[in-house]
Parts: sequence; structure tokens; C-alpha cells
Amino acid sequence: MREVAHDYGERAVLRDVSLTLAEHRVGVVGANGSGKSTFARLLNGLVVPTSGTVLVDGLDTRTQLREVRRRVGFVFQDPDAQIVHPTVAEDVEFGLTNLGVPPQERARRVEEVLVRYGLAGHRDHPAHLLSGGQKQLLAIAGVLVMGPQRVVFDEPTTLLDLANTRRVARVIDELEHDVVVVTHQLDLLAGFDRVLVFDDGRVAADGTPAETVRWYVDRMS
Amino acid sequence: MTAALYVPGAGPVHRAPAGLKLGLLAALAVGLFVADRLEVVAGALAGVLLIGLGVARLPGRALLAQVRPVWPWLLALLAFHLVFTGWHTGTVVVLRLLALVTAAAVVTATTRVTALVAVVEWLARPLAVFGVRPARIGLVIAMTLRFIPLIAERAQRIREAQAARGADGFRFQALVPLLIQVLRLAHTLGEALDARGADAPAPSPRRAGASAP
Ligand SMILES: Nc1ncnc2c1ncn2[C@@H]1O[C@H](COP(=O)(O)OP(=O)(O)O)[C@@H](O)[C@H]1O
Ligand SMILES: [Mg+2]
Repeated sequence: MREVAHDYGERAVLRDVSLTLAEHRVGVVGANGSGKSTFARLLNGLVVPTSGTVLVDGLDTRTQLREVRRRVGFVFQDPDAQIVHPTVAEDVEFGLTNLGVPPQERARRVEEVLVRYGLAGHRDHPAHLLSGGQKQLLAIAGVLVMGPQRVVFDEPTTLLDLANTRRVARVIDELEHDVVVVTHQLDLLAGFDRVLVFDDGRVAADGTPAETVRWYVDRMS
Repeated sequence: MTAALYVPGAGPVHRAPAGLKLGLLAALAVGLFVADRLEVVAGALAGVLLIGLGVARLPGRALLAQVRPVWPWLLALLAFHLVFTGWHTGTVVVLRLLALVTAAAVVTATTRVTALVAVVEWLARPLAVFGVRPARIGLVIAMTLRFIPLIAERAQRIREAQAARGADGFRFQALVPLLIQVLRLAHTLGEALDARGADAPAPSPRRAGASAP
């Protein structure tokens, strides 16, 4: 990511951010409105920067959007807003249909992730009857089934209770994918390789979780 | 309010192609409206119940749940006919509608939404000449079924929050927070559809997934 700046109309949201993310697990923290979500959305081309360039594995999000999206999955804060089909299995299948995967292979891959995320017993259940944590796991399953190499999470546990936060955190911990996790829950970041602290559209601190989290907490108090 | 229509099962009714079931439903509708003999209409209702409860082994309450919303109409209709035309016509009219509603409930309870949607997409294929994308129509139907209960639930929550603060009965102001929530939901939903590849045109002119990767 080189000299990226982004603004929504008049409002500058990110200013001159230049970074290379090579680590397996990167955390992002910062106050509300500091630009974390905008940063996260730049990583899979949901937002295209007003100036500068975002490259994912050398692919420009501006010109090679489809390939970037294929490599970078995105999980949002509100699971209700990302589940689009009425029942669990149908929703997991959705992304595979979009990729043009043939029906038999779709069925096999859907089954595989349902089992892996403990949703196999809910295959035909209406999504709106799941608990908040199960909904978020469904949202994650629907993204992972598409086979991305990296996954960006934007506050995936903010709306969950403690038990479900732990469940989702464990799922994220066990992923082999490279992940970027935006969160307010600092304990989620303990095992991370790198943490970025955003402040007013800039990266104010960048380092190991121990260094940056202490810096961030000191600054906030 | 629930869109929990599908009741899992593995019998012949569940496995029958969705297109066939919808075709038979349409044929039944036409048949019922040309038939005005009580035995025929009552027989059709008995047949539908036999298929739904006996062959497909659906729980009675699954069918009842679908029929319940139309009860008041059926009763009103019956009362109307008792006054103006007589009990025979009234019974025929009511049984006819009851048979049709029950048959529709059997079809939706034994067919996955994706399968129903695939039939609609297939039927919409001729519209592709006018630039309509059948897969889009299917997605809209699926999303409607998904979001009706969700929005109903959010509306209920807002009503409760307002009741907790002393508002009683329906307040027009309840619509404002609901509208804000729905707009926010729609915004993220648009992004989620993008992120999950829904904007991609189907890989072949046929349905996405019907082609090799
Ligand atoms: N689509 C948008 N249009 C206009 N302003 C936006 C939009 N998205 C975010 N913003 C503004 O940009 C700033 C940064 O937002 P965001 O990246 O969501 O921050 P964070 O995720 O850290 O809370 C906020 O002031 C927000 O109001
Ligand atoms: Mg945010």
C-alpha cells in the first residue's frame, strides 16, 4: 500500500498511509471514526483510494478488482447484513454459485465448512433463528467456503456476547489464512504478529501487540 | 412472522423436481376453479392433505401455520355466501381456496427456496433478451424471504425500546429508527454482496454454476 489517501467528498478519512503487510496476523485498533473500516475496505477493493495505490499480491485493487476479491475475503461487523439467503446451507452456497462452481462440488464444499464450523445440524434452519454467534460463524463460513487466501475482519465480535466472542476469536486464531482484524477487543490481539493503531486517518503506532497496545491504552487514558 | 417454510425430509414429495411441483400446483389451481362440484373440491382437499401429511409426512402444524392467516377471509367468505347464495356455493368456494392454500403450503414446505428460485429464474430466461438477468430476480426473491423476518424482528425491538421508555401503542416515530436501521443494513448488504462476488456476471450465458469452472 503506497501513499494511500482517501476522502469521502470533502472529508479526508485516510491521509498518506504507506504500508506493506506481510505478517500472518495483523490487528487494527483505534477510536471510532479513525479510519479503520475505510482502511479495511481498501484491502479488498470495496473502497478504491482517491489517491495512491493498493496492491494485493502485486494486483492493483483499482484495475484487477475481481482477482483481488477472489483472494481477499471480508467479514463485517453485523452478521445479519451479510447473510443473504433464508437458510443456512443456501447462504453458504451463495458465494460458490457466484464463482461458477458446479453443483456437485458446491454441495461437497458447503458440507465441509458446515461441519467445520459446527453448523451441520442447522443446515436447513432459517438463518434468522440462529444465535448472534452462530450467525457470525455462518457469515465466516460463507466467506471461507469461497477459498480466499486472506481474510479481513471488521469488528467481527463487537455485537457478540462474551461466550460467542471467544468462539469467533478461536475460529480466527485457528485459520491458516493471513488475516487482518479490526477490533476494539484488545485481548483478541495477544498472539498477533503486528498491530496498527489508527488515529485520525493516520497510522499512529505500528509494532508488536505488546508495544502498540500499551501505547494505545496509555494514550486513551 | 416467519419465513421458515421448508421442512426437511427425504420422501418422494421432497425429492420431486421443484418445476414439477409448481406445474402441478398451477394445474390444480386451474382445475379447482373450473370445477364447482362439492365432491370434486372436497376430494381435492383430501388428496392434498393425504400427500402433505401422509406421503410427505409434514407435521400438521407446519401446514396449519400457513393456513392460519387466511382463516378470517375464509370465514367471511362463507358468511357472505350463506347470506347471498347458499351453503352449497359457500362450501365449494371455501374448500376450493383451502385446498389451494394447503397445496401451496405443501409445495413450499417440501421444496428448498433455492429450488423454487431456480424455477423462477428458468421461467424468467426469455426476459434475458430485454436485458433482465434471471439470476438477479432469483436473488431478490431469496433476499426478500431472508429479510422480511429480520426487519419484522428489528421493528419489534424498536417498539419494545419505545415501550420501555413509556410510549404506548403504535407511534409514527417508530418508523424513523427503523428506516435508519434498514438503510444501514442495506448499505452493508450491498458491500457484502460485492465482497461475495454477486456483482460478477454469470460465468456463462446459462445459470452460474451450470457451467464448468
Ligand atoms: N461512506 C461514507 N461516506 C461518508 N463518510 C464516511 C463513509 N464511511 C465512513 N465515513 C466517515 O469516515 C470516517 C472514518 O470512518 P471509518 O473508516 O468507518 O472509521 P472507523 O471504522 O475507525 O470507525 C468517519 O468520520 C466516518 O463518518
Ligand atoms: Mg468501523
